[in-house]
Amino acid sequence: MSVQAAARLRGKDLVGIDPLSAGEIQLLLDTAEQMRDIAARPIKKVPALRGKTVVNLFFEASTRTRFSFEVAEKRLSADSLNFAAAASSVSKGETLIDTALNLEAMQPDFIVLRHQYAGAPHQLARILKSSVINAGDGAHEHPTQALLDALTIRLKRGSLEGLVVAIVGDLQHSRVVRSNILLLSRMGAKVRVAGPPSLIPPGMGEMGCEVYGRMEDAIAGADVVMMLRIQLERQGRMNFPTVREYYDFFALTPERLKLARKDCLVMHPGPMNRGVEIDSRVADGPQSVILEQVTNGVAVRMAVLYLLAGGHGEPTAD
Amino acid sequence: MHRVQVLDARGISRALERMAAELVEQVGDEKLLYFVGVQTRGVPLARRLANLVADATGHEPPVGALDISLYRDDVGPWRAAHQQPILRDTELPVAIDKKVICLVDDVLYTGRTVRAALDTLMDYGRPQAIRLAVLIDRGHRELPVAADYVGRVVPTSRAEDVQVHLKESDGEEGVWIAKEVGK
Amino acid sequence: MSRLLIKHARVVDPSQRLDEGLDILVADGKIARLAERIDDREATVLDGTGLVAAPGFVDLHVHLREPGFEYKETVATGTAAAVAGGFTAVCCMPNTEPVNDSAAVTEFIRARAAEAGLARVYPIGAVSKNLEGTELAEMGEMVRAGAVAFSDDGKPVQNAYLMRRALEYAQLFDVPVVDHCEDRDLAAKGVMHEGAVSTRLGLRGMPAAAEEVMAARDCVLAELTGGRVHVAHVSTRGALERVHEAKGRGVAVSCEVTPHHLALTDQAVADSEYDTDTKMNPPLRSAEHVDALLHGVLDGTVDCLATDHAPHHADEKALEFDLAPFGVVGLETAVPVTYDLLVRRHKLPLRLYVALWSTNPARLFRLPGGTLKVGSPADVTLLDLEARTTVNPDRFRSASRNTPFAGQRLKGWPAATVVGGKVVWRRDRK
Repeated sequence: MSVQAAARLRGKDLVGIDPLSAGEIQLLLDTAEQMRDIAARPIKKVPALRGKTVVNLFFEASTRTRFSFEVAEKRLSADSLNFAAAASSVSKGETLIDTALNLEAMQPDFIVLRHQYAGAPHQLARILKSSVINAGDGAHEHPTQALLDALTIRLKRGSLEGLVVAIVGDLQHSRVVRSNILLLSRMGAKVRVAGPPSLIPPGMGEMGCEVYGRMEDAIAGADVVMMLRIQLERQGRMNFPTVREYYDFFALTPERLKLARKDCLVMHPGPMNRGVEIDSRVADGPQSVILEQVTNGVAVRMAVLYLLAGGHGEPTAD
Repeated sequence: MHRVQVLDARGISRALERMAAELVEQVGDEKLLYFVGVQTRGVPLARRLANLVADATGHEPPVGALDISLYRDDVGPWRAAHQQPILRDTELPVAIDKKVICLVDDVLYTGRTVRAALDTLMDYGRPQAIRLAVLIDRGHRELPVAADYVGRVVPTSRAEDVQVHLKESDGEEGVWIAKEVGK
Repeated sequence: MSRLLIKHARVVDPSQRLDEGLDILVADGKIARLAERIDDREATVLDGTGLVAAPGFVDLHVHLREPGFEYKETVATGTAAAVAGGFTAVCCMPNTEPVNDSAAVTEFIRARAAEAGLARVYPIGAVSKNLEGTELAEMGEMVRAGAVAFSDDGKPVQNAYLMRRALEYAQLFDVPVVDHCEDRDLAAKGVMHEGAVSTRLGLRGMPAAAEEVMAARDCVLAELTGGRVHVAHVSTRGALERVHEAKGRGVAVSCEVTPHHLALTDQAVADSEYDTDTKMNPPLRSAEHVDALLHGVLDGTVDCLATDHAPHHADEKALEFDLAPFGVVGLETAVPVTYDLLVRRHKLPLRLYVALWSTNPARLFRLPGGTLKVGSPADVTLLDLEARTTVNPDRFRSASRNTPFAGQRLKGWPAATVVGGKVVWRRDRK
């Protein structure tokens, strides 16, 4: 199955992987690959988004994702503005919609939104004229993460088709796993997810993957192993007892890594909890592509901004 | 669509041969020459010119490809129903500094593509000079741009479309002027 | 008061097994005569040609929001919505502010209803003081003031001991306890049905088990105490099975189902892209549960329909899905949604449909009405089963607009509503 890249992205927003066709995903990955080259130039900047305003509206703190978006925005010569909103719109007194409408009154071209509640990007996309890019909404999706994960795999392996990708961790609360299942399965990869049974949401298999309660079963013979960050402080101890027990049964150790293919790629969306879900020897080992994920993150975000920004129907310059 | 052929395969070869000869005559030191084709059809044309120069001088000039999409001046409104040009490869195998770049494109029209190509190149280095070679000049300049080497001048109206087809990309060779029937 | 003569309607009255063309004469607010042809020169004539005349519809579960939340709805706007929906009587839930846990608030609500002069209002009093779930409220005083049942709705009666005692005590007044069946711990702050859709949308889910566990508990307690339990807004197959099984053993348990739980599945949340007008509690369930509910309605396991009309202000519903309050309005879409689904599509006989909205609920809560027998109150619902129109929330008489049915084109609408012999609402003719 070789996927034909679409000619354009439908719609003005990127709210998730779910609405994207395989062709649109291919277009995003192809464009991102081109964008990587800009980092290698003497002048790491192109004027493609000159004069465009991008507002990074982050309701959830996130230094690295926001930073990555900022670099991407600046490399395309856009004007990048950061709006770090207080944690809860209710506690602040101003609703999400009011915050967004107030920002829109200043005519931004893009709003990059990270929010702790699923569906927030959809709400904004409906009412704003600006292009809305989802940088993570609750446990729902993190589309640019899945895109950069896919790009990383593709650069190493040539194509996603037929690869076995295992994703391990707190599946219940992870938006990264949801976006990845959708993207990878749509592009022809075989996805296996694993996590403690008390953290497996119902019906996840229907999104396009096989679900395992034991990590070893998911990793066996895999081409890629992606470890998710476990956050015990968020859900309390009713879902999982302790960090120590997590490490004993669900961490990627050198021994467990041997169950995968010899050249299996090791990935992590970051930030890592060393010694919790991933052993340092693996994180820093030769199979790890964790830092390349970060590099590719900038390229992917540049591709998203570029493709969502307008052009006229037909190229006019001749 | 109604099309009229203005140049056939032989006409294209002859034009390119003549342009290569002019280039060699005027450049002085052919070792400074560096052909850079504007994506997409400028690229095979650049290769052909480089080969012709190689035949004539015994020296093979480097050939690069330039994608100008990120420097275009028509990145329009941010609404839906739009299409960004697809990004293609930019490959400059050799540094452009101190070289005499021969920018190559199939059709020169408004001059905006050339403007974008110049800006793109400038971000890669500082060439000694940039020359422009085009297969077809169809008129209607909107910017003060002129080609140094022209294969054929073909006057057109704005309603017409110039189609350059090359065997490398289109499976046929020739230049046609096309017009929508019954507008 | 002058007499009212409803002529040429098709009279469908399950309490008398009637389904025929009859004229209805109303005098002194009561049904005076039913006959094939009645002439009365002095009576006001209501032309029922092409319409169905049924005993006035009764909605056992609405939230009128007054006192305390008048910005969402008042008794006046709520009863106006009721009669526009074809309802002659409603039972209103006690989660107001102050909570209806006293005779004073019960009387206040009834006084407001009398002032509005539209639908009859029978208040449902709180089971526990201030809905806190720790102490019984004054059931007796509230019954004297007009309460017809007790409930802590919006909330479950989470404490099983309290539920037991409430069921025992309520027998003194022969009233049912209505439970919102939801185990709060299992529900774990979910915002929609727990299933493949909630997983895909990244929203916390409430498992069907949270409802089933409570419904099972309530059936056991009803059997233990001999009291009457009415399961509010049943939404799961499991809860329905428990009710069915308990009934089979003679336990005094009954249940109601809402129109939205029959017409929509959890997929509506995904299809609408997190529209908060698809957020309510209990949530829209997956197809397997909706099918079971439909079967339960068709085979008689479900005793009656009720809307759980829950108005909310647009500002409140304009929040993120996680933060928006639960609930949708239902009075003005109840008839078209259920008629279209049950009678037109699933071929439920009309008299059974009418019974689900009138005879059955009236009987369950021992309310006057649900019948057109001579001598009974002249509460009549007239339906135009051929009318086909689009749901337009801007034309609602309710103060709120939070409906998942906006824009749907439905067949079978109320045409006129008569309460105590007075025509309190008529459909505008264009």
